[in-house]
Formats: sequence, C-alpha cells, structure tokens
Amino acid sequence: MALVLNEEQRLLQDTARDFLAERAPVEALRKLRDARDDTGYDPALWREMCELGWASITLPEAYGGLEFGFAGLGLVIEQSGRTLTASPLFASAVLGASAILLGGSEQQKEQWLPAIAAGEVTTALALEESHHHRPQQIDTTLTPAGDGYTLNGSKCFVLDGHSADQLLVVARSSGERDSRDGLSLVLLPRDSAGVSVQRTIMADSRNAANIRFEQVNVPAEAVIGEAGAAWPVLEAVLDRGRVAMAAEMLGLAKESFERTVAYLKERKQFGALIGSFQALQHRAAQIQVELELCQSVVLQALSVVDEQPEQLPLMASLAKAKLNELAKRVTNEAVQMHGGIGVTDELEIGFFLKRARVAMQILGDTGFHKDRYASLCGY
Amino acid sequence: MEQLETFRSEVRQWLEDNCPQSQRSLAAPEEQYWGGRQGSFASEDARLWFERMRERGWTAPEWPTAYGGGGLNPQQARILKEEMKRINARTPLYSLGIWMLGPALLEYGNEAQKQQHIRAIVNGEIRWCQGYSEPGSGSDLASLQTRAEDMGDHYLVNGSKIWTTSADKSDWIFCLVRTDPAAKKQEGISFLLIDMASPGVSVTPIELISGESEFCQTFFDNVKVPKENLVGELNKGWSIAKALLVHERKLMSEMGSDSPREQVPPTVAAREYLPFEDGKIADAQLRSDLVDYEMQMQAIALTHFRTFEERAAKVHSAAPLVMKYAGTEAEKVKSELLLAIMGSRGLGWEGEGFSASELDTLRLWAMSKAMTIAGGTSEVQLNVIAKNALQLPQS
Repeated sequence: MALVLNEEQRLLQDTARDFLAERAPVEALRKLRDARDDTGYDPALWREMCELGWASITLPEAYGGLEFGFAGLGLVIEQSGRTLTASPLFASAVLGASAILLGGSEQQKEQWLPAIAAGEVTTALALEESHHHRPQQIDTTLTPAGDGYTLNGSKCFVLDGHSADQLLVVARSSGERDSRDGLSLVLLPRDSAGVSVQRTIMADSRNAANIRFEQVNVPAEAVIGEAGAAWPVLEAVLDRGRVAMAAEMLGLAKESFERTVAYLKERKQFGALIGSFQALQHRAAQIQVELELCQSVVLQALSVVDEQPEQLPLMASLAKAKLNELAKRVTNEAVQMHGGIGVTDELEIGFFLKRARVAMQILGDTGFHKDRYASLCGY
Repeated sequence: MEQLETFRSEVRQWLEDNCPQSQRSLAAPEEQYWGGRQGSFASEDARLWFERMRERGWTAPEWPTAYGGGGLNPQQARILKEEMKRINARTPLYSLGIWMLGPALLEYGNEAQKQQHIRAIVNGEIRWCQGYSEPGSGSDLASLQTRAEDMGDHYLVNGSKIWTTSADKSDWIFCLVRTDPAAKKQEGISFLLIDMASPGVSVTPIELISGESEFCQTFFDNVKVPKENLVGELNKGWSIAKALLVHERKLMSEMGSDSPREQVPPTVAAREYLPFEDGKIADAQLRSDLVDYEMQMQAIALTHFRTFEERAAKVHSAAPLVMKYAGTEAEKVKSELLLAIMGSRGLGWEGEGFSASELDTLRLWAMSKAMTIAGGTSEVQLNVIAKNALQLPQS
C-alpha cells in the first residue's frame, strides 16, 4: 500500500531519524559553516551512512545494492531534511547512481555503482548554465575529437561540485539551444585537465560550485548511454531528484513546524501562552492541512518511481511544486511566530529558512513545475 | 489480495448484469431516490436498480447483514464504490439515514432501536433529517435551547431547529435536545429520535441565495416523544453528536466527487471557454489559477486515499481531521474558477441565452458558499485541528 508505510519502511525511517539526530544534528552543519570546512561535509559520517546502506538502498543486488526501492531512500532523505544534514546522499546516491543505473552500459554499472554504494566514489551533476533551472538550454558542447570528444562550456549551481570525485556533465552534441534532442551525458574525473572549479558559498551553507570546461578531453567510454540521445535518461534522473528533494523538503517543513508549535506552547505574552491566540492557531492549523496533503503527495511520488514510472513526470512536478510552496510558507511562518529570536543566528530556525530557499531552486522552482504540470495535462 | 481481485471481478460482472443502462449516468436532482413515505421513483429502471441493490444489502454496503446491510469489509466496500464509479452507476438510495444516523445507531443504539430503524433505513422505507442547529446556535452548537422535559412516561419537546435539510420530505428527525438545563453546555444534551408525524411538529422551507430551498426550519410545539426514542444515555448526547459530525464532515468532503449535479470539470470548461496559444491557455493568470486548483485537488484525492489505506492498516494520523476543511475550501475555489473561466456566460440566473450547465454552474457556485459553513464552519474546523492535531492550549 503506497500511502502507508510498511513495517520495514517504518523501521528504516526510525533508524535514520535516530542516527541523524545523534550524529548529524543541525549543530553539525553550523560547525561546518563556522569552520569554513574545505570538504563541506564530514567524510567519516558519510562512510557510516554508506555502511548503513543508505547509498545502496535503490540499487540492484548485483551491484552491491539492497533493492529496497526508491521509497526507502526517500524516507531516509526526508529524515535528513529534519537535521539539514550535509552529505553526498542527494548528489551521489540519487542523481549520480540513477544516471548510471538508468543510462549506463553494463560495464559502467559494474565499474561505478558498487563504488558509489560503498561511499568510495562521489558524483555531482553539472547541469545548470543559468540562474534558473532550464534543463534543455544547454550550450556546453561535446564535439568528436579523435577516438573521443572535447568538452567546452561552463556550469553553475553544481551541487557537491567542488567535492565530488566524478562530474556527470550534461552537454550538447547537436541541435538547437533549447532542444531536448542532441544532449549527451558524460562522466569524468573532477581533476581532469581543463576543468576549473570555483566553490560558491550559498545561503544554506551546503556545497555548490561553478565549473568551467576548457578543451577537456573526454574518452569515448565516458559517455553515459548514447551521445546525443541522453534526454529520456536525463529527464528520469531529474524527476527522481525532484521527488527526493521534495522528500527532503517535507522533512524540513515538518521539523521547522514542530519546533514552532512547541514554541507556541511555551512562549507567554500578555499573560497567556501565545498558542492560545486564535490568530496563530488558525495559521498553524492551515499549515497542518497543507502538511497532510503534502505528505500524501510525497508518499505517492516516491512509490511511482518504482511502481508506475509512466506517472513520474506528473507526480514529480506535483511534488516539487507543492513542497516548494509548503517549505516557503512554513519557514516564513516559523520565523514570524518565533518573534525576535526567530531572526537571530543563534536559533536554528534560520538554517531551515535558508535551506528551504536553496532547495526551492534545485531542479525547478514553483513556476517551472506549475508550467510543466499544466503542459503535461494539455493546457 | 487475490480474494479482493476475485471480489472485484464478481462485482463487476454483477453490476454489468444488474445495473440498467439508464442508471449509468449522473442523476439530476429530480432523478435521485431518497426513499421514505413520500419517496417516488423517477422511472421503472430506478426502482429496479434500487431493489436489486437493496436485496444485496448494498444500499448500506458496510452494515451488518443481520440488519439488512451488505456485510462488506472496508476494502470490499471501496471496490464496490470504484466499480460503480467505473460505469457511472447511480447511488441507488440517497439517505441521511445511511450516511449519518445509521452509523451512530449501530454504535450507540440499543437492540430494539436497531431492529426498529436500521432495516427501515437500508430498505429506504423511512427518510431521516437532522435537527442540530438552532436559530440562536450556529457554530456554537452546544448552546442549543430546544428542551425535552421528562414527563414520566414521555418527553415533552419544545423549540425549533434550523437548516434541517429536506425536513418537509422526511419521516423522522434525529435531534439534539437539552434535557438538563442546569448542567454545563455540553453535559445536559441528549440524542432523541422524533417521528415527524407527531402532533405539534411543523416545517417551513427557507429560500437561499442560490434560489434553492432544500433547507427548512422545523418547529416543536409540545411534542410528546416516547422515552424509548432516547439514544444512548440521558445527557450523553453530545458524544454521539460528535461521532456523527465526523460522518457528516466526511460526507461533505466527499461531495465534490459524489455530487449528483457535477459541475463541468474546470479543465474541460477551459477548453470550451478559453483561447489557447501553442497548446497553452493564453491567459497566464487563469492558467496559473487552474493548475493551482488541479494540483490541490490531486493532493486532496491522494490524501483521501491515504485515509482509506490508514483505516485498513489501523494507522492513525491527522489526515481525516483536515479533509472537511481542505475539501470544502477547494470546492469554493473550483466554483470561483469556473465563473472566471466562463466570464459572463457563467453569470446566467435562469431562462434563455444560457445552457443548462452554465445555469447549473452559477447555482452550484452560490451553493458552494454554504459548504464551508454547514457541518462546522471552516473556522471551527481550524479550531478543531489546532486543538486535536496540534494540541495547542485553549484560551
């Protein structure tokens, strides 16, 4: 039953929640930020997460995976949204692993998937070229050269771009600028000659980078799938990423809302607990309504990844659009309802506010997904 | 699972064999069968369809067979509903008795009351209406004033009830009455069944902004009610009423998908009334409003399914608490959206120059305003969510 967790899924969710609360609370992100940590996440923690099997949840057993389904990974990611845990989980276990699993050759799968599952290799998806998510507007070029190719172009908002071992680059082999035809996916080491990486410090204190590719030599075997025909794989990878990001935002929204409701029950003004004021009760209750609806949307979106992939594009856009709106509303209300301390750096609510804004832009903002949903529905 | 699939194919075959073709379309209001002493069938097919469903107990699929119900479990009932929806089969019997009173009687009634009333509801013999609200007590239901005095061998009822839907066509009314004027508000209320044919009961219809008058005011003037018509314990009617309100709210939240006079879906209306450019609705604002509504409805539908699944899995969540608010608010959004899409064609009140569906759209728009008021206003819903789901302190 897709909309209710089974026993195993509940267990996984509880394990993830306990582990992350213990080992990677919001305080850990604050430390990474304040220390201006070079890696941007804790590699020892990532190894532990991989030992728990989190990077291999969705992968087939043949490649060292658990074959537990995408819903399982979504539950873990939702919990990581509660703690704002910085890790390669999204960029490597969702985007990188999905691209290789869905588009790679048998040899590529054998080479990369067990390594990703074990936490030995991390990946980053170098897709965006402008400040808005436009996955078809690709100017980066992949041109044949000798036995292989040459890569030229520049990318921005590459999550984990400065820390990942391998870069998964979307480039154009042919076709017009805005065409979905002619796109290619290549996997190359970040330290390849001609690759320059500029780390960017963003609002959420998580990893992102701008990357330039100048006359980079790409061997033929680095192409994932067929050169010039990457769109179907890329779209499926992006949709999985959107659903996973929606799951993270659900966790983020729940945690910031629960913290806010707890505050409403302890803060006194005018001789009364502020949670007894109807003006605040109704706003909180309306958020609860939207949270319940979004919970159903995320559970359904997670389950269609494995069970009804033909519905994935519609559900991914529904989930990302709804969760963008929820995360924005909840984090704004969380700050407002906390009053003065809500705008201090000392209170962790600000971390949720900032992560929400970055998450809202990842793989498509609200407008992008409303437009896509409407187009998919034929209006 | 396999058993359920077998059940599904049996149901499908049975419906195929037994549901007359004329009963496989949305029923206009005058085509609905509500039962009761005044009830009449719009056609011979409607009678046939009702009688066949009644014989299987499928007018009340989940009720015990001992009282004439279908005895289905929740999963089977859902399958029956889905299969009926698949062929657009009409609801064979519309009934507040089935939707509201019956579940409460099965839980709180004594054996004699179940014997007397449940089968009569399943069989459509008695039509029920509800007497909760009063002219002086709207959202604050517990302040109700209609009194039932203990006269030894009977209760003497005086007062009036408002918003008694279709009271003029009903045979019996289930009422909340005050039996202990000295007790705190909720503690002196009892749940009483009253035969509308009793001397002293009178009914006046109320005309609404939609032009309809399905609601009535019902007056009780020294009405004698036998003591065996008290359901549950004396002065404990409030908890029964609360249990019943849950059914009413569920019903209201489902009305969008079950409504007999369904409005044209907004996506269909958009194709008929709006210009498109490059496959997209040209008006960017309307397109954005439409997609907002469609996404919200999909989220609500998924949550509705989630409540089914949670019920079957015996999992508790706050989802059922939010359905009435979300469902009725979305219905209002839908009606406003349809008017915006239809422009002046959506504003026809009656007569020539407008299609029947355009006229319906406006009437349903007006009626939609009542949906966030009846059965507990949206504001009361938010109070309930704040208290029961969030456990916020009460002032």
